[in-house]
Amino acid sequence: MTELSAQRATPVSAPSTAFVQVQNVVKDFNGFKAVNNVSVEIAKGEIFALLGSSGCGKSTLLRMLAGFEVPSSGRILLGGKNLAEMPAYRRPMNMMFQSYALFPHLTVWENIAFGLQREGQPREQIQQRVEAMLNLVQLSKFAQRKPHQLSGGQQQRVALARSLAKQPLLLLLDEPLGALDKKLREETQIELVNIIESVGVTCVMVTHDQEEAMTMAGRIAVMSEGRFLQVGAPGEVYENPATRFVADFIGNVNLMDGKLTVDEVDHCEVQCPDCVHYVGHGITGTLGMAVSVAVRPEKVRLSRDKPEGRYNQVQGKVKERSYFGGFSIYHLQLPSGTIVKSTQANTQRHQDDNFTWGDEVWAHWSDSAQVVLPP
Amino acid sequence: MNPSLALESAERKPSWLGRLFSGRHLVIALPFGFLLLFFLLPFLIVAKISVSEMEIVSFKDLLTYQDGVLSISLKFSNYLFLLQDSLYVRTYLASLQYAAATTVLCLFIGYPFAYFMARAKSSLQPALLMLVMLPFWTSFLIRVYAWRGLLTEGGWVADAIVGLGLDQLLLAMGLISSPGKLMHTPFSLVLGMTYTYLPFMILPLYGNLAKMDLRLLEAASDLGATPWVAFWKVTVPLSKAGIIAGSMLVFIPCVGEYVIPELLGGPETLMIGRVLWDEFFSNNDWPMASSVAVVMVLLILLPLALFNKYQAQAQERR
Repeated sequence: MTELSAQRATPVSAPSTAFVQVQNVVKDFNGFKAVNNVSVEIAKGEIFALLGSSGCGKSTLLRMLAGFEVPSSGRILLGGKNLAEMPAYRRPMNMMFQSYALFPHLTVWENIAFGLQREGQPREQIQQRVEAMLNLVQLSKFAQRKPHQLSGGQQQRVALARSLAKQPLLLLLDEPLGALDKKLREETQIELVNIIESVGVTCVMVTHDQEEAMTMAGRIAVMSEGRFLQVGAPGEVYENPATRFVADFIGNVNLMDGKLTVDEVDHCEVQCPDCVHYVGHGITGTLGMAVSVAVRPEKVRLSRDKPEGRYNQVQGKVKERSYFGGFSIYHLQLPSGTIVKSTQANTQRHQDDNFTWGDEVWAHWSDSAQVVLPP
Repeated sequence: MNPSLALESAERKPSWLGRLFSGRHLVIALPFGFLLLFFLLPFLIVAKISVSEMEIVSFKDLLTYQDGVLSISLKFSNYLFLLQDSLYVRTYLASLQYAAATTVLCLFIGYPFAYFMARAKSSLQPALLMLVMLPFWTSFLIRVYAWRGLLTEGGWVADAIVGLGLDQLLLAMGLISSPGKLMHTPFSLVLGMTYTYLPFMILPLYGNLAKMDLRLLEAASDLGATPWVAFWKVTVPLSKAGIIAGSMLVFIPCVGEYVIPELLGGPETLMIGRVLWDEFFSNNDWPMASSVAVVMVLLILLPLALFNKYQAQAQERR
C-alpha cells in the first residue's frame, strides 16, 4: 500500500554524495533483530537524526557506526571504505555519549586532550587544540575543574568539545540533550547545531525526542522495531507522514478511518462515519478501499456557525479545553464518539468568544490539510 | 485538638539526653564504646607501662606528690634503647619489608583476579565471590599448618618446586638459603602471608571494579585508546581507592603478624611480633615490650592516617 504515498509532491532528494553508507545492516541478538535490514545514505555535512522510542534499535545502529557492536550482516561504509574490520579505537569518528561518560578522574582539560594524546601529537599542538576547543564551547575558565564540579549543561559542552577535538569525520551524538532540563535543552539545541555547523562535521544523532530531532536535524529517520519507517526532512515527515504510525509518533494528529468513494486526478473523497473528506489531490488506490485520513490539530479551525459547503466539517461538543499559554487545545466529541483535537493560537490577551466546555461547535479544515494513509 | 498544634508538639526538639540515646546515636555509640574500652584504653595502659619504671612486682607511679612537690617521672630509656639496639631497628625494617613484599604480591595476584571477577557474567559472579571466601570456612591456623606439610621436604608443593628447578631461582633471589630447603625461609613466610591475606586484597578491589562505569572504557576506545591503554589510563586510576584499601588491609596486619612467622618463618625471618612475644613472656620486661608495641602501632598508624586522608578527599569529590 505504499502507492498511497505517491501523492507526495517530490520524493526526498537523495543526497548528492553519499559519505556514510549503511547497506542492509542487520543486528541479531540471539534471534531478536534489534536492527532489521536498514539502509541509508548520509551526505557530507549533514545532520541526520535517528528518531524512535526506546528499544527501536536506534542506539544499536549508532553503536554499530561507532564500532561497539558488529553488524550480523550488511555493510557500513565511510567515504567509500568498509568499516567492518576496523575496531572502535581506529575509526575516524567520535561519539558524544548519553550522559556524557566524562572521565571523572581527569580535569576538563585532560578530558578534551585524551584523544589527542592517544594520537601522540606534540605537546604544543595538543595545548593549542584543547584551548581552541575550550573557546569553542566557552569553557576556558573551567579547564582545571573536574567534571563533577560542573553543571549538567557545562558537562554537556565538555563532552561535545572532547568529541570534536580529534576533528572526526563523523560525529555521533547519543541523546545529546537527554540529561538537561527542558528550558536548557531548548537553548542548547540551537547552540549545538551552530557549533556543529561551524565545524562542518557530518553528524548522526540518536534521540527519542521529536522536537530535538526536528530542530536539530536536516533529515530524520523514524525507526520502529529495528526498521526505518520513513526518512525525510523534518517538514516532510511532519506534513507527509508515510504511515499511521509515523503520523501518530510525530506530533499530534486526528486520524479518521473511512472508505475511498471518489478518486479523480485532481481530488478524491473519503467517506467517514462523521463526515466526508474532500482531499485536494488524487491518490493511487481502488474505490471502496479502507483508508485513514490524518489531519493535524493546528489545521483544524473551530466556529460556532456551520461553515459553507458539505465537506471537511464536523459538529461536536467541547469536551476538554487545555490551556498552554501560547495556545489552547480543544477536544471535540463527535456524535460517533470520535474525539477531534484542534489547536487554537491565543492571539489576543482577552478573547470574549472563547469556546468552553459543553459548547456545540463546528470543526472544519481545508482540502489541503489532510493526508490519506493506509489504514 | 487542632491538628497543626499536634504537629508542632511532635516536632518539638527532644531533650539533650533524649537525643544522646536516640537510635542513631546508639548505633554509633555501641561499637565506638567497645573500641574505646577494648582498644584505646588498653593501648593507653600499654603506653603508660612503656614509660614506667619497673619495680619488683609492680610499676612506679608516674605522678608522685610529696612535700608539696608534684613530680612526673617518665622513663624514656626504653625508646632510646629501641633506637640504639640494631636488633630492634632491623626487626622493624624486616617486618615492614615482608609486609610490603606480601602487599605487592597480593596486588599482582589479586588485581587480575578481581578484574576478571568484576567483568565476568553477572550470573557467575556470586560463585566466584564464594570461591574467594571459601578458605575462611577452615580455621586460619589449620590452613597455615597445611602449608608446613606442603613445603617441607617430601611435601608435594616442595617436590614440584624442586622438580621444576625453581628452588635454584629462589636461591638466586636470596629467598632461600640452601637448595631444596623451602621451609623456615623468607620464601615460605611471604608465601604463607600472601596466601592468607589475598582475599583481603581481592574483596575491596572487586567491590571497586564492579562499580565502574563501563561506558568510560567505550569512551576511551572511541577516543583512540587501545584496550591496553584504556586499562592503564582509565581502569587503574579509577580503581585507586580499591588498590589503597586492599593494600592497607594486607599491609597493616602483616607488619604485626605473629602466627605465620612462627609457623612458616625461620631464624632469619625475625619479625616484630616475635620480638614482642619474647619481651613480654621470655624476658618479662613489660616496659620494654610495651615500648616495642607502641612504636609498632605508630608505624602502622602513619600509613593508615594517609589512607584516611585520601578517603576523605575521595568522599569529598563525590
